[in-house]
Amino acid sequence: MDIGTLAKELNLTLKSAPDKVSNHVKGGYTGDLLSDVMAKAREGDVWITRQVHQNIIAVATLKELAGIILVNSSEPAKDTLEKAIQENVPILVSDLPAFEISGKIYDLLKS
Amino acid sequence: MNPVVNEPEKTFNKYSFDVEGGNFNTAGTVSMRIKSILKQNGLPDDVVRKSAIVSYEAEINIVSYAKKGTISLTITSSDVEIQVSDEGPGIPDIEQAMEQGYSTASQQIREMGFGAGMGLHNIKSYSDKFDISSEVNKGTFLKMIIGHKNS
Repeated sequence: MDIGTLAKELNLTLKSAPDKVSNHVKGGYTGDLLSDVMAKAREGDVWITRQVHQNIIAVATLKELAGIILVNSSEPAKDTLEKAIQENVPILVSDLPAFEISGKIYDLLKS
Repeated sequence: MNPVVNEPEKTFNKYSFDVEGGNFNTAGTVSMRIKSILKQNGLPDDVVRKSAIVSYEAEINIVSYAKKGTISLTITSSDVEIQVSDEGPGIPDIEQAMEQGYSTASQQIREMGFGAGMGLHNIKSYSDKFDISSEVNKGTFLKMIIGHKNS
């Protein structure tokens, strides 16, 4: 499944990197501790988080994540969005809490 | 008759980067540079992945705790070597600092999702060889080696 399909299926709002909607989503990782994500997320995962500050972009870039999904309708900070555009990292926003959106993504990727 | 050819001297690629303490706006840029250099040098994916984790954690530690620091990268024919030295408060009890979950990070740093007491532990577990030394009120020195010869 790609980022674009995930966005459509789960009603996510794409905030950056529209040319990266074809990024293949291999899996997902949920967490707000950057060191944990840095250590455990895998290339091609979507990262589900409540963190909106700009350091999430470096983590996503270094880990080659498929995209970042912000939960609870959280908007990326202004400099986060600027970095996301610069580094071409897709940020998506969900109105659901982390638990629910993670469950839905899990089901979609399993089906 | 072939002349005797001496093995050419091993050529090492060396790079050095400065990291500014306290500046979370640029945190991670050195690690991104390191990662792209390793990729350009054609190193295997798992070596690049481990090196990125290790350098990122070290970079975040400089930004979180030190005034400034330097990260140097050396690529030899068998290893990726990352050395980190900073001017900072130092670590009084290294054994304690290595424990998972132990952290002296400020509330502000923790709110950003850093300072969970995982950094040094991750550095150690993703390095093939890890050395740390520190002097209180002077700084901390780290040396990480990630082998790439047989990977």
